[in-house]
Amino acid sequence: MANTLSAEAAPPRDAEFGDYFALLKPRVMSLVIFTALVGLVVAPVPVHPMIAFASILCIAVGAGASGALNMWWDADIDVKMARTRNRPVPSGRVTGGEALAVGLGLSLLSVPMLGLFANWLSAGILAFTIFFYAVIYSMWLKRTTPQNIVIGGAAGAFPPLLGWAVATGSVGLEAALMFAIIFLWTPPHFWALALYRNGDYERAAVPMMPVVAGPRATRRQIFWYSVALAAVAVAPAFTAIGGLFYLVAAGALSAEFLRLATLVGFRTEQAAEADGHRAEKRLFKFSILWLFLVFSALAIEAGLRHAGLALPVPGFGA
Amino acid sequence: MIGREEHELHRRRRGRNMAIGALLIGFVALMFGVTIAKLGANVIKPEMNWSDSR
Repeated sequence: MANTLSAEAAPPRDAEFGDYFALLKPRVMSLVIFTALVGLVVAPVPVHPMIAFASILCIAVGAGASGALNMWWDADIDVKMARTRNRPVPSGRVTGGEALAVGLGLSLLSVPMLGLFANWLSAGILAFTIFFYAVIYSMWLKRTTPQNIVIGGAAGAFPPLLGWAVATGSVGLEAALMFAIIFLWTPPHFWALALYRNGDYERAAVPMMPVVAGPRATRRQIFWYSVALAAVAVAPAFTAIGGLFYLVAAGALSAEFLRLATLVGFRTEQAAEADGHRAEKRLFKFSILWLFLVFSALAIEAGLRHAGLALPVPGFGA
Repeated sequence: MIGREEHELHRRRRGRNMAIGALLIGFVALMFGVTIAKLGANVIKPEMNWSDSR
């Protein structure tokens, strides 16, 4: 099967610049940039725009570096999955050694640069994030435990914490809540996808939750993670970065997330197959929009606060 | 002069070189911008009397 799939991949050719750029997982990088930027703008300490731009760039490059290291390590399983077999390394456009060099080079560039541009706490967190994603997740957990997504999700949760650390030089409750939002969002997001892409992960022998525990247990876990996510998503409304606008926005968005997660969480596999996993696909797509809108609401709330237009949550705000 | 056939490979390499050049220029601009931002108001102090430094 693997040979059939690799034969279908694009034929090897000399690499273009875009192939090296693709090693950095630009789509993941765009989410990293967005959430880090929100972490930075909601922080109570103003940052010079040039320092903010340079710091976000370092965070994005660091995230890209971990993506390149992931592609170097995972090339053998990427070639077996339809979703990943056209990536630069499995398709032969970039060699594994080049991907490793890009990953290590950009890691060694981005971490000290962030330390010099912003502060050494954020540089330390960035270094740990790269290590966590490349070594703890990619090399260790991804292939050994069905909790891979849960623990690996932490790597994706660091960017808003990084943005906050760039601005304040510390890590507070608000930053921890933003971390928790992405951390709890990751399992329902990826497991919704895994429910209808099960075959891909089975072929690559990646022990994703539906492969190991079965779809029924995965559906229940999607539901319970979504309950926890909804609670944590609303919590920032009651902190210094929240307000009435955020409470209403996050509450409404989380109610819809929970509704879709309940549909996915309590239906049978037969029902899912009958309609082509419609509810799972809807949850997966909505989860992306949800994360974007929740973090946008935090940024808008910060904007309202700066303009003196923010309304406090009754009984909680100053 | 010997005419050289333009090959697709050359076009790709040129694109790669141009992109790396643009990245290097961008990096220099970034360092310059951050340096100015970091030094900020300390670079020019209106109250400073330049004759004092001689």
